[in-house]
Amino acid sequence: MANGIKDKVAILGMGCSKFGERWDSEADDLMVEAVEECLTDAGIERNQIDAAWFSTAIEEVHVGKSGVPLSVALRLPYIPVTRVENYCASGTEAFRGAVYAVASGAADIALAVGVEKLKDTGYGGLPQRNRGVLQSMYWANASAPGSFAQLATAYSTKHGVDAADLKRAMAQISVKSHDNGAKNPKAHLRKPIDIDTVLNAPMIAEPLGLFDCCGVSDGSAAAIVTTPEIARSLGKKDLVSVKALQLAVSNGTEASHNSWDGSYFMTTRKASERAYKEAGIDKPREQISMFECHDCFSVTELVTMEDLYLSKEGEAWKDVLDGFYNADGQIPCQIDGGLKCFGHPIGASGLRMLYEMYLQILGRAGERQLDNPVHGMTHNLGGFPHQNVSSVSIVGRYDG
Amino acid sequence: MRGIVAYGGYVPRLRLQRKSMVEANSWFNPGLKTKAKGERAMCNWDEDSLTMAVEAGRDCLAGDRPDNVGAVYLASTSLPFDDRQNAGVLATALNFGENMMTMDVTSSQRAGTSGLINALNAVAGQDGPALYVAAEKRRTKAAGPHELLYGDGAAALMLGTENVIAEFLGAHQTAVDFIDHYRGQNEDFDYSWEERWIRDEGYFKIVPRTLEGLFAKVDVKPEDVDHLVMPTVMGAVPKRIAKMAGIREDAVRDNLHANMGESGTAHSLVMLVDALQDAEPGQTVLLIGWGQGCDALLFRTTDALKALSSRRGIKGSLARRREETNYNKYLAFNNLVTQDMGLRSEVDKQTALSALYRKKEMLTGFVGGKCRKCGTVQFPKSNVCVNPNCGEFHSQDDHPFAEIPAKVQSWTADNLTFTPDPPQHFGMVVFEEGGRLMADLTDVDVGGVEVGMPMRMVFRVKEHDDQRGFTKYFWKAAPDQAGA
Repeated sequence: MANGIKDKVAILGMGCSKFGERWDSEADDLMVEAVEECLTDAGIERNQIDAAWFSTAIEEVHVGKSGVPLSVALRLPYIPVTRVENYCASGTEAFRGAVYAVASGAADIALAVGVEKLKDTGYGGLPQRNRGVLQSMYWANASAPGSFAQLATAYSTKHGVDAADLKRAMAQISVKSHDNGAKNPKAHLRKPIDIDTVLNAPMIAEPLGLFDCCGVSDGSAAAIVTTPEIARSLGKKDLVSVKALQLAVSNGTEASHNSWDGSYFMTTRKASERAYKEAGIDKPREQISMFECHDCFSVTELVTMEDLYLSKEGEAWKDVLDGFYNADGQIPCQIDGGLKCFGHPIGASGLRMLYEMYLQILGRAGERQLDNPVHGMTHNLGGFPHQNVSSVSIVGRYDG
Repeated sequence: MRGIVAYGGYVPRLRLQRKSMVEANSWFNPGLKTKAKGERAMCNWDEDSLTMAVEAGRDCLAGDRPDNVGAVYLASTSLPFDDRQNAGVLATALNFGENMMTMDVTSSQRAGTSGLINALNAVAGQDGPALYVAAEKRRTKAAGPHELLYGDGAAALMLGTENVIAEFLGAHQTAVDFIDHYRGQNEDFDYSWEERWIRDEGYFKIVPRTLEGLFAKVDVKPEDVDHLVMPTVMGAVPKRIAKMAGIREDAVRDNLHANMGESGTAHSLVMLVDALQDAEPGQTVLLIGWGQGCDALLFRTTDALKALSSRRGIKGSLARRREETNYNKYLAFNNLVTQDMGLRSEVDKQTALSALYRKKEMLTGFVGGKCRKCGTVQFPKSNVCVNPNCGEFHSQDDHPFAEIPAKVQSWTADNLTFTPDPPQHFGMVVFEEGGRLMADLTDVDVGGVEVGMPMRMVFRVKEHDDQRGFTKYFWKAAPDQAGA
């Protein structure tokens, strides 16, 4: 393995808009909201940015293609702006582009901005859209919840977990995220819920009920990155540096080869194995202080806890019910509310997760602040369980 | 000897209860109250004449698929395309290759039998056997008598000169422009004249003289007929015709009104297949087709009848049934009511015809690949083998998937995505020989799907592009029930 990204790049500043049904805002309003906070935090001017990476996923329902929407929104001074899209990992991809640019020395200071403006479709949930010329002719007529719901049937079959026990663990995942989100002023959904509400909610895609599904939100998040040396020269004392940035993309094995049993994410396992190696972590259950995983659906979070090697295979549901991942548990998960409650503007989500890890490590998370976190991990999962993109990123205190 | 070599049948699983139909409409048409008995076959939302034809054709090929089929005919007056040969889609779905004759036969309720006579006459001089399929799904106006009388269904016959199970003894046709009903161009529904006139001036005059013509040609006497196959919605007519022609009353076949309904131009063949499933070797079968004249065909079964491999036929199809009591669902499935489909239904459904052509074996024929190097069976066929331990380039041969048994690995019932029949069931379907597909499930009931459930792939409507009048087909997984 190459020597990796560990400690080569530091976060100079971050920003995040309020997530939610932003009926009052265009995508450029959201971007400016995130980037203004980010610039202030970084303590730099726009013209100090050498290059930018811009992520949106479902651009056909809002800003359209290319890097132009970001460049125009911020009136950037004709610098390189690259638009990236990689399903729900798009925000993390923007961050990865900016980090790699700095690590390579091609840029001193780089910007990553993600945005999604989803609430102009006229209905709830993700936009229905054509899946492409060939795919639309043979892919199953699947919604996102329907695709992810199948993790539950496959998981309970494989591990012999009673469907009712699994449903209860899934419900507890959502209850925990609502508790956390209620404390976050930028979160989309800020109301605590009880487990019976989750269990009795209308069915969206069996066995996922309404509260097993994350919100579909408008929002934007941004990061400015540079080298630790430049950050220090700009007067920053406490630094958060990048420890690992990994990505794994399905190659069709899960979709077309019978070696995959449908109960876990092959990609997340690969990405997390590489990320721990890159970050020098060998006991993740002890060394990861907190994490934001891609809880698009409760069951996604549940199996991801195992694919990140934080829970043993077949036992995450027990850890969940034991409170291991609660805010006062051993590894708090979704401390900012997660996709479930902070919301899920797709292109912004990866950056939003990093934003919370950054705030926590710097001790700036307010009412949600955890006790002395060292390593924060973020995880995105885009696509479907049987064909997806998974990113695992680790950030932490810079001790150099 | 030329004649029928094999048969197959298909009747959709849903059986709409006539009682439900009458309860919904007798406020408007009290005369319907006497017609509330029994049930009619009703296509699922994703079935039409073409999908039923594919199922009947597969049933006909069951167990003994000839590798030299030289012709495929499709008879129907309810084909999904006016101009795109439907028989060509059928042949592609059955993976026959391109070196063959294909033809649609249409425009009359008599098309089913007229086309059959022509196909039988042609088969002796042609390379290989011919697959002859008739299918019908007629639309009728709501609250009228026809929706109670009609039913959806299909039948298929393999015609040939070897291993004949029913020898073709001869036929006679009359062409009489007697308009009991008609359907004008671009019209959705039939326009019909008075029943008593149809009976007295039509059936009772035209059929007997057609039979006279037949019996003058063949060395068989009317009293020797063992099975009289005469489809008509007027149940009492065939007995009277039998009497007029000198055919034994006990030879008159049941018209399947009680449990299926009349399947238009397919019904002669549907009833014929039903008769062949009852027949003994050495029996004589008289087949009548009606519509602007009359066709009469005579067959005699042979000893080979009993050697035919087991298949669903019409009897097996009728046994595979689910009662449907929701008349509103029937109206919706047949586009007889303007439903609020919701904003999620508004996705553009254009089909790239060039892409469909490139991938026609995959999409219409359900052909995947099998790696020559490692033997892995996979769908879709691709440039690089999907086996993580192989990964060979350009190593796959065509491998048909349609007949491979499959099981459900994971599934869901999705209430969010748009479908004409929510919830949308779909899941990972794993094939016995290897290979898998995240597939739509069809013909399943809410609460009826389980992990490990045996499935059978079926050719169905994927979606309708109402904006452009195109119907998109693909394969879905349906429960593999006993006898299905």
